[in-house]
Amino acid sequence: MPRPPSPSIPEKEFLFTSLKESLRLDGRQPLEMRAPILTFGPDLGWVECAFGKTRVLAQLDAKMVKPTPERPLEGLITIHSEISPMASSEYEPGRPSDEEVNMTRMLDKILRRSDAIDKESLCVLAGQRVWHLRLTIHCLADAGNLLDCACLAGIVAFKHFRRPEVEVVGEEVIVHHPSERAPVPLSMHHTPFCFTFAYFPDQDTPPVLDPSYLEQRISAGLISVALNAQKELCVLQKAGGVPLTQEQVLAVIDIAVNEAVKLDWLVTQRLAEDWKGRKVEVR
Amino acid sequence: MTIDLTPRGTADGSAVITHGLTEVMVDVFGPKEAKLRGQTSHDRALVTVEVGIMPFSTGERRKRNRGDKRILELAATIKQTFEPVIQTALYPRSEISIFVHILQQDGGLLPASINATTLALITAGIPLTDYVTAITCGVYSTNPLLDLNTIEENDIPHLTVASLPRTGKVTLVAMETRLHVERTAVLGIYVRRLIRAAADPTDVTIQEDALTDVIKHRLNIASLLFLWTVATATGDFDNPDVSVRKGP
Repeated sequence: MPRPPSPSIPEKEFLFTSLKESLRLDGRQPLEMRAPILTFGPDLGWVECAFGKTRVLAQLDAKMVKPTPERPLEGLITIHSEISPMASSEYEPGRPSDEEVNMTRMLDKILRRSDAIDKESLCVLAGQRVWHLRLTIHCLADAGNLLDCACLAGIVAFKHFRRPEVEVVGEEVIVHHPSERAPVPLSMHHTPFCFTFAYFPDQDTPPVLDPSYLEQRISAGLISVALNAQKELCVLQKAGGVPLTQEQVLAVIDIAVNEAVKLDWLVTQRLAEDWKGRKVEVR
Repeated sequence: MTIDLTPRGTADGSAVITHGLTEVMVDVFGPKEAKLRGQTSHDRALVTVEVGIMPFSTGERRKRNRGDKRILELAATIKQTFEPVIQTALYPRSEISIFVHILQQDGGLLPASINATTLALITAGIPLTDYVTAITCGVYSTNPLLDLNTIEENDIPHLTVASLPRTGKVTLVAMETRLHVERTAVLGIYVRRLIRAAADPTDVTIQEDALTDVIKHRLNIASLLFLWTVATATGDFDNPDVSVRKGP
């Protein structure tokens, strides 16, 4: 099992020195994100998100299933995210890598456990029929910060998706084809966004937002903050790595608050633009 | 809270810790020759963590397979928390393996595992730069709560913090429930006090109130760990909340 080569010593030293002077290889400021580019596909719930060269494709589909006996009034949401060797030659098929475990768990916490989607609204007929939403995340290319990119793609896919209208007559469920009745958007409580910051072994080096591949490789710890534009923190995760002071953690949250407002605006804009260009035919 | 440091089997260090009904057993093996040759580094020791959740640890008996993402995440978190603390550079080309067995769960799985791992590493005699102590802190409207159990954990927004008491720095922060930023800051203030109380329970500059008392009480484990390492002989701990059983 070959391990990926670590960056060479001169490469590392060069990067550390430049980061110490608040210079990044791609010309960004330390706390500047790469502008996310959202592309929508022909189907609703098909979103491609790109942070520079990092690209993630999210696809959402819904089908009708029988709910679990424990929760007869709630719909189901499953998230499939697998980092295949397509993203980067570092990832191998088979046993999940640490990155994959981390990404899967974070997506689960941010998109599912934070109650972003109203699960009760997915119920059609109590105990009989509920919607099962399946989100598939395809990581197309990893050039750093795959998690934030995947999270944005996922949440935008939920916002972009529309499920078919249903009608319940007695015990019978009628699903209307999108061409008959306009499909309805999912009911959402809030839209969380994830922001990852990288810290470096040297305490004087400022943290960087949205680390690139190389920055992520040489970093001494990552902290991920997921929050919505209403300033509600959903997930805060710093698993080990370089120890920080309380102030540093709170400072990171403050930065994320501002970024979330900007990102929320951008997402709303892009969704509105896409919706304008779409024709939904209703006979 | 109870601590049992009786040596078990061939483990170099082991600890059983209970936080209320949560019970975690940790065994540490190493430093030893690495099993996975391909994973070893020439300049430092490899730290491996494996977590096993016993099927009888919860009310409903459920078998979790080892590939469960939740277990893998717990293992990865423990590994990343201890990697910078263990002086791995002293043992090149070797391995330190940590086995975490969760015997009973009633909230605070991660903090209990971290505290037990610290104890087990100390008993194994592995050099650490500082010990790691962890606790969960929740907030119910404006009342802070410490060390939540399962029922509380399900409903109350909470934050798990692992700190290095001597430097007062935080190595792990984990929050999974929705909470407004301003309220997080309030929680942060409590946590800060908590860390300071952990660093020195006799610090008089810490504001005296009921909460601080609770924090000190609970976190006496931190100072207890320290006491245990420096003065194993005396071993008279006058904290009614913590009982310690030492090995022969």
